[in-house]
Amino acid sequence: MGRYTDNPQAVAALVRGREVHRDVYIDPEVFRLEMKHLFANAWVFVGHDSQTPNKGDYFTTQVGDQPVIMVRHTDNEIKVLYNRCPHKGTKIAIDRTGNTGKFFRCPYHAWSFKTDGCLLAIPLKKGYEGTGLEDQKTGNGMKAVGAVHNYRGFVFARLAEEGISFEEFFGGALSSLDNMIDRSPAGRLEVAGPPLRYMHQCNWKMLVENQTDTCHPMVAHESSAGTAVRIWKELGYSEDDPKPPAMEIIAPFMSPYEFFENMGIRTWPNGHGHTGVHHSIHSDYSAIPGYFEKLVDAYGEDKAKAILAENRHNTVYFPNIMIKGPIQQLRVFIPLAADKTLVESYIYRLVDAPDELTARTAMYNRMINAPTSIVGHDDLEMYERAQEGLHVDGLEWVNVQRLYEEDEDFDEERVENGTTERQMRNQFHAWVRFMTADMGGKEAAE
Amino acid sequence: MTITRDDLIDFIYAEARMLDEGRYDDWLDLWLPDGHYWMPLDWKQEDPLHVTSLLYEDMFMLKLRVERLNGARTFSQKPKSRCHHVIQRPFVDEMDEGADRYVTNTSMHYVETRLDDQFLLALTATHELTLVDGKLRIANKRVDLLNCDAAFGNIQLLP
Repeated sequence: MGRYTDNPQAVAALVRGREVHRDVYIDPEVFRLEMKHLFANAWVFVGHDSQTPNKGDYFTTQVGDQPVIMVRHTDNEIKVLYNRCPHKGTKIAIDRTGNTGKFFRCPYHAWSFKTDGCLLAIPLKKGYEGTGLEDQKTGNGMKAVGAVHNYRGFVFARLAEEGISFEEFFGGALSSLDNMIDRSPAGRLEVAGPPLRYMHQCNWKMLVENQTDTCHPMVAHESSAGTAVRIWKELGYSEDDPKPPAMEIIAPFMSPYEFFENMGIRTWPNGHGHTGVHHSIHSDYSAIPGYFEKLVDAYGEDKAKAILAENRHNTVYFPNIMIKGPIQQLRVFIPLAADKTLVESYIYRLVDAPDELTARTAMYNRMINAPTSIVGHDDLEMYERAQEGLHVDGLEWVNVQRLYEEDEDFDEERVENGTTERQMRNQFHAWVRFMTADMGGKEAAE
Repeated sequence: MTITRDDLIDFIYAEARMLDEGRYDDWLDLWLPDGHYWMPLDWKQEDPLHVTSLLYEDMFMLKLRVERLNGARTFSQKPKSRCHHVIQRPFVDEMDEGADRYVTNTSMHYVETRLDDQFLLALTATHELTLVDGKLRIANKRVDLLNCDAAFGNIQLLP
């Protein structure tokens, strides 16, 4: 036990209005407390139900540091179980996806469990007769997480048995997911292939904060986007010439500060928020022939236009995912250690929409978010330099005060200048809330 | 002009050496204008377009990638990475002079290093080659990483 365990006052003191203490990024004890409190009490993304389309299909991942299995039960509902045999602790499934049929069978001693976790059978069960197995947790089968919510295909879990409801946690922020899903004429998405998997030697929160950091693209990405614009001009094209898809994707990263200021940032309660309220780097992509007509057939012209008029840039769902509605991308920032984060970047197909949209989305994913991406390289370089630089003593606070205002109220939805760091402050406000909500010991600061 | 197996094999070795020595302008000159460098994300992936790949780059993107390496504000290349290919003798899988189509299959170990970090990738490169003005050119190149589904840090140069 260190200085922060069971000490909500000390945890709350890591976040001031305009700055946060470096321990939120580099301290292993704070990281362990995040896993125990924050990731247990928040609603955390698990997967998309199209990853497990048939009964018995499963997908393994983790919620915080807890290994879990998302599985489609015999009643067609999605269950989320801890990936641990209640007997000796063996992980029940280690492949990333598969089909287990009607039950899971532990490979160690053949204990078997229904796909909702209930104990099905134990070989030579008479050896447990009269030992009181039924009174122990072991006898209950595979443990399920506290609560699961499938929102239009997107599956979230809360590990804690009791706590905030799904609806209260996300509130108006669900409008970004709605827009992404409504872009399918069928109102349904399907995962398109496996995700990119990109290892970062930095704290997970640096990645989340970067999603609404609008003052870095034209600086950190000058080497890729700036060079692209220069080569394009050298080839004899002007800014107004039609661009190939790769240029449509990368050129807007070099937009001037004014573009990002005017795009706007919206924040919602509980740490959610998005860039691109009024326009974004995704606003000027070429129309794909036949797509608008399909949307009109499905929704009518007014709603079709309204769906396409939203071009939200990055929507952060606290604590650890980001979605891009206009291109159907979702990135998960999986915390592995205070200084280690696995980023998985998924793309989705819009059911009943032209394939060219999926091709653009796949192009975006590999161009911007792959371990081989010339854009991703410079982002990772910045995170890892920060992770090392934060160890400098005497400068222990990280600044988040751009466009700070006194007495900010994060319980209200707000739209601000697109270069504000209000969303970062919003995340840390929620961070304190969910870190300290069920922390014993001394009283929290508020 | 008739292409021999040795011509094809020598070409593959020479290409690897260009990459190791950072002679990217020479390397870009090896390509046909409509060629693609493809590095799948999935094992035995068949579709480069509608699921994610690690790379699927046309000449514009390859030129951009190469030019960026030398930029004054290319922060992830300060200091620069270095790379090293160790290649097994290529298999010549197709030699069709009539169709002007030559396909090789080459196993390699690729090492990339920067500062204190160094990593090793095992891969198989498939080259589709063709003759232009008596010289072999790359029509397409596919690089399959043995651990394509693993999580990677930055892979900054070209395996």
